[in-house]
Amino acid sequence: MTLDSKVPSGPLEKRWTQHKFDMKLVNPANKRKYSVIVVGSGLAGASASATLAELGYHVSCFCYQDSPRRAHSIAAQGGINAAKNYQNDGDSVFRLFYDTIKGGDFRARESNVYRLAEVSVNIIDQCVAQGVPFAREYGGTLTNRSFGGAQVSRTFYARGQTGQQLLLGAYQALERQIGAGQVKMYTRHEMQELVLVEGRARGIVTRDLVTGEIQSFAADAVVLATGGYGTVFYLATYAKGANTTAIWRAYKKGAAFANPCYTQIHPTCIPVTGDHQSKLTLMSESLRNDGRIWVPKAKGDHRPPNEIPEDDRDYYLERKYPSFGNLSPRDISSRAAKQVCDEGRGVGPGGRGVYLDFADAIQRLGEDKIRERYGNLFDMYERITDENPYRVPMRIYPALHYTMGGLWVDYNLMSTIPGLHVLGEANFSDHGANRLGASALMQGLADGYFVIPYTIGHYFGSNKLDKVTTDHSAFKEAEATLAARTKRLLGIRGKRTPDSIHRELGHILWEYCGMARTEAGLKTALQKIPALREEFWENVVVLGSGEELNQSLEKAGRIADFLELGELLCLDALERRESCGGHFREEFQTEDGEAKRDDDQFCHVAAWEYAGEGKTPIRNVEPLAFESVHLQTRSYK
Amino acid sequence: MGGTGNGKHLNLTLNVWRQKHRHAEGRFVTYEAPGISPDMSFLEMLDVVNERLIEKGEEPIAFDYDCREGICGQCGIVIDGNPHGPRRATTACQLHMRSFKDGDTITLEPWRATSFPVIKDLIVDRSAFDRVIAAGGFITAPTGNAPDGNAILVPKPDADLSMDAAACIGCGACVAACPNASAMLFVAAKVSHLGLLPQGQPERDRRVLAMVAQMDAEGFGSCANHGECEAACPKEIRLEFIARMNRDYLRALLRQRAESKSAGGTG
Repeated sequence: MTLDSKVPSGPLEKRWTQHKFDMKLVNPANKRKYSVIVVGSGLAGASASATLAELGYHVSCFCYQDSPRRAHSIAAQGGINAAKNYQNDGDSVFRLFYDTIKGGDFRARESNVYRLAEVSVNIIDQCVAQGVPFAREYGGTLTNRSFGGAQVSRTFYARGQTGQQLLLGAYQALERQIGAGQVKMYTRHEMQELVLVEGRARGIVTRDLVTGEIQSFAADAVVLATGGYGTVFYLATYAKGANTTAIWRAYKKGAAFANPCYTQIHPTCIPVTGDHQSKLTLMSESLRNDGRIWVPKAKGDHRPPNEIPEDDRDYYLERKYPSFGNLSPRDISSRAAKQVCDEGRGVGPGGRGVYLDFADAIQRLGEDKIRERYGNLFDMYERITDENPYRVPMRIYPALHYTMGGLWVDYNLMSTIPGLHVLGEANFSDHGANRLGASALMQGLADGYFVIPYTIGHYFGSNKLDKVTTDHSAFKEAEATLAARTKRLLGIRGKRTPDSIHRELGHILWEYCGMARTEAGLKTALQKIPALREEFWENVVVLGSGEELNQSLEKAGRIADFLELGELLCLDALERRESCGGHFREEFQTEDGEAKRDDDQFCHVAAWEYAGEGKTPIRNVEPLAFESVHLQTRSYK
Repeated sequence: MGGTGNGKHLNLTLNVWRQKHRHAEGRFVTYEAPGISPDMSFLEMLDVVNERLIEKGEEPIAFDYDCREGICGQCGIVIDGNPHGPRRATTACQLHMRSFKDGDTITLEPWRATSFPVIKDLIVDRSAFDRVIAAGGFITAPTGNAPDGNAILVPKPDADLSMDAAACIGCGACVAACPNASAMLFVAAKVSHLGLLPQGQPERDRRVLAMVAQMDAEGFGSCANHGECEAACPKEIRLEFIARMNRDYLRALLRQRAESKSAGGTG
């Protein structure tokens, strides 16, 4: 497999402009002759669908939810970064680019990240024009806040519901195109197979989740915007339905899967309460602007927090990272929390928690100001835990939150399968080994509004595509594969529920491939996962039929893919013998416990190629060249 | 509504609406749900009940959910007659079992409205909401046309009020709570969100007329000012937005008539 990143040459800041000029165009009258399938309706999928339709392409958009407005982008709380420098505090496109490259621990492609920073300013303009009600100053201008890992205020927000408001903006643009007949929307449809004709992505096969009907759809290009794969850990901050099926089936058809081991663990989530737990809830990182994180200095100090005097508290982030303190990046803050809990200094039931304390901020600013800034988050915390965070410190613990890895794409966001484009969290492109806060929304919308509308035209303009219909044998084969898999899942009638197996897979991954990884642990996981997969295919129980709404069947299909992906995740973590960003190998750390990269051996993207059932996948490498920034040890001290 | 205390488990009885598909006849089925932790969310309680049903070889209860953090709007169950249950400003996924007592019998039903047909058990079809948005619930701003973000100043009170309305999650609890199954609160929230902003002015009349027309076409009932919608709304969208929409609607209607009159004769 060759990995041609198609990165343009020339000065970094001119590359995207030059590339836009160099790319082929499709003239307006011809655009209506092309059709595009977009799978997923989150920030990336909805913005791409709406924009491609505005250009005149025929778009079909698919989502598994009952409405495109429900995609999990909606749950993003904190904000979206943009290099507007409205605060006059020294921000610039280059600084956002630099922060993102450094935050990603020098494991992302320079050109892609620069483009992301460059178009960030257009995103804000676009969203304002759509009516996104961003927070404002009294003079009517947009307001900003600082956000995890940044020393400038460049984060735009809409209360604690920024993702919701950005998604509703994109959703409304999408609905406008649906109303105009330019987009055909398929809700409660799940993509099950990618269809290739003569080596190009030419369509998909879906299951209608209401009727069970298996249907084929043909198009001139396919765009996957199906989000991340973090639910492989079972407990995660993702929506319950989030899954890897679309990108996994594409991987098995030849799309390289890049850096699956780059998973992000978010430091501020509500701790687990029991075995019934079905998901974890994030408390926005913005809370770290005013909250102070601490644990007791002494092991086994079980006094209530308000009875622990200042001298007996360890504000460990402020102590270890004085210049960033409580705003240290996510990977670093998460590991530090794990460390103090491993030392027996954790708080709350089970000792898996640290305090996030607002007492000082309330004293400094008053309770009203804190309520204005974080009221909805405090209410949510109280609903879930039955504790009042205005009176007692919040308890938080890290949880799986985002996956930087995903399908490999070139500068045009095309995968190793011609015609298959991948956007947003589903691709690997911009965040390297660790994503900075408020950058996910930026990337999803950059890809959908400002990159794919140009690059897909280039694909159409440079290739002659023959007309393909769903009568083609490739569609019939894919439909038959899906029907056989459904039949097999329904026929096992074993003893274990899909959820119980998923939960066990999550335990294995969290234990051996979570915040700290070792060679021995990963090898254990690589034994356990195939064994669990075998048990799944022998002993899972899925009741009901395939010709009806069947949530057990939906779950089982997704879990079958997670059981394969989980293995690749561990394999990638095993092969990457260094620590970087969210990937922390205990064998590779500095004396004071910080991640130790190995730039000589691993300054590259690992892109895994499917080699067939039961065969070890092939690890391909795309070297990363840093021309505009110097590789350095990331320090937040 | 404090906690019931950790460790104590609840023994509950559930009366659940079971309906095989849209055209099948439904009925209530009773299930025992012993040993429920007060720390579980309502949907986690249903997960536990479903796991037990599957182990007994019985088909699990179908219910909608996705984010489980109160923002996607996909979940929705009428719990003892209240959409999303007894707790104010809380979706079913964020309702916790500490809101119930040991020995309680709880009745679970789908949203009841002609415009939201039942798909299976507790799952309904809310696509009517999407069609109302497609009719006019947007600002026409094709990608690439936008001026600088700060070129459009929005007074903070307007932005804040607009955000209050924009917080709607489109769950449909307002419709389920209304004796007339009216969708006025949902539609008013969108009309107000966009109509309060300077960017929303050019299409303000067109938007409200088109959305109300689509709302009527979907068969939602009319508003009789009961206020049940506001009480049931998990995001506390206020009734005043309905008043705002009525004013906008009337204004748009009158202006439309005036326009067609002044254009009179030309057909």
